[in-house]
Amino acid sequence: MTTIAQSSSTSGAVTPNQPSSVHTRRYEGPPSGWWFAGPAVAIIAVFFLAPIAASILLSLTDFDIYALADWRNLRFVGLQNYIQLLHSERFWIALHNTLYFVAIGGPLSVAASLGAALLLESKLTRLKVVWRTVFFAPVVTTLVAVAIVWRYLYHTKYGLFNLALTKLGFEPIDWLGDPHWAMPAVIFLAVWKNFGYNMIIFMAGLQSIPSELYEAAEVDGAGPARRFWHVTLPMLGPTFLFVGVTTIIGFFQLFAEPYVMTQGGPGESTYSLVMLMYEQGFRWWRLGFASAVAMTIFTLTLAATLMQVWLQRRAGA
Amino acid sequence: MRYVKLFITNAAVALLGLLVVAPLLWMVAAAFMPRGTAQTYPPPLWPAEPTLDNFRELFSRLHLGRYLFNSLAISLSITGFGLLLNAMAGYAFAKLRFTGREQVFRTLLAALVMPLQVGMLPLFLMLKQLGLINTYWAVIIPSMATIYGIFMVRQYALAIPDSLLDAARLDGASEWRLFFTIVLPLLRPVLATLGIFTFLSAWNDFMWPLIVLTGSENYTLPVALAILSTEHVQDAELMMAGSLITILPVLGLFILLQRQLIGGIMVGGVKG
Repeated sequence: MTTIAQSSSTSGAVTPNQPSSVHTRRYEGPPSGWWFAGPAVAIIAVFFLAPIAASILLSLTDFDIYALADWRNLRFVGLQNYIQLLHSERFWIALHNTLYFVAIGGPLSVAASLGAALLLESKLTRLKVVWRTVFFAPVVTTLVAVAIVWRYLYHTKYGLFNLALTKLGFEPIDWLGDPHWAMPAVIFLAVWKNFGYNMIIFMAGLQSIPSELYEAAEVDGAGPARRFWHVTLPMLGPTFLFVGVTTIIGFFQLFAEPYVMTQGGPGESTYSLVMLMYEQGFRWWRLGFASAVAMTIFTLTLAATLMQVWLQRRAGA
Repeated sequence: MRYVKLFITNAAVALLGLLVVAPLLWMVAAAFMPRGTAQTYPPPLWPAEPTLDNFRELFSRLHLGRYLFNSLAISLSITGFGLLLNAMAGYAFAKLRFTGREQVFRTLLAALVMPLQVGMLPLFLMLKQLGLINTYWAVIIPSMATIYGIFMVRQYALAIPDSLLDAARLDGASEWRLFFTIVLPLLRPVLATLGIFTFLSAWNDFMWPLIVLTGSENYTLPVALAILSTEHVQDAELMMAGSLITILPVLGLFILLQRQLIGGIMVGGVKG
């Protein structure tokens, strides 16, 4: 995100607000740019920003199905929803599962993206445009649809994954039926679905590294591994920050994959925080309690983002 | 030695490519298999006797045509509104002066990292008060403008020379005429990218339509598919046909317009 802030401030400096030519000095500017910016800003303020703010307030009330019928049943309960959350076993399970998904799936996805980008940017690779299209294709597919496809691919008896495993001489795995394998199965799907996006960003990052740096390193006798560690990785720093932050935000929102493939099971092993929010809020209509879950998701996302920025700064300093 | 390296690199890329397309290829193959033949041992990789029965059943008994129409109507509306409103706002933030411009823009940028789910519960209550739950509008309105869209257009519009706009103003063109006849044509490349992005994310969206489209007559394809899949767990072939119909429009769009899409991500990711 800092890359965005930086580029916007620099571009602001390049194009000053003052009219540039003599002729335009007489021109006082349009009555108000708000006619143009207004509709979009209003939509975002009313339907995106206000609900986020309202979510904080809602989490301090006991909004439930009775309040849904009649707002007079609404009461202010302070932090009671949060206290209840901390005493809820399901919350800790969902938190654990979500952190597992983010902490393993996120880095795995970023590593796959970087690996694929390096392969595609290699001078030796042929048919680059074709492979780029192929690797990116899962990104544009509909998550619900591919989750259904993967549910059948994971089938213990008739699924292609176990067919491949048994052909290679391994034991078949009960992917979606074994609590230990269900989350890894969800992670594999998420990595497959997402890695193409970050791959493109890494490719752009790799292309922006000046080739003189590699040549200089080669003259100094650095092999491919050392060139990767001492030239490629440091030069990709800003890209890593961007990719890391967007990936973390995305992975915290785990919902459709378990909803379609496992319904949160087996034994709640893929039950996520967003699922908890959805179930409490929209199935049991406990909107106050569900808002406390929403605020938890928000706080976690923010904390992870800030940590990522901080780590990057420290590595850069 | 060079040829060995060449071989290894390309073999690795090809293997990875095969792993990536395999799930999609199997989906296509299974969609044309007769009922009950995909889940036999050993699992067939290709339909021995291809059939269109799965598609027929989806469109006749399971009303997939209705869901396809809902998905198209909602996604196209979001794309249309989104392009217009984000283009107007992006242009304004880049080229027009108005009170509070910098503050508002900075606020929007700060909110860029907010996950959508955080506001879903109050948003639902708001739309319920407005009587919009279980209408297309409940899905369309919140997506009509996005911070990312405004930002994308603004970055592109910054490059429009002020002198061009001022010359048109001196000729007496109104601000709206100026926008529609000069600015919009100049923004065409970024609007193409934004349009594809918007359509893809609207088409693929699942959680919000699942929440606000409560009646089955209004389901979008992903919502209908998720609900059908719980009732038809045994019907692998039927579900693969449904998945294929859901994915085909977006995959086709991507293959046709991949240059705009991938180019847009490259610019957006690196320059911000």
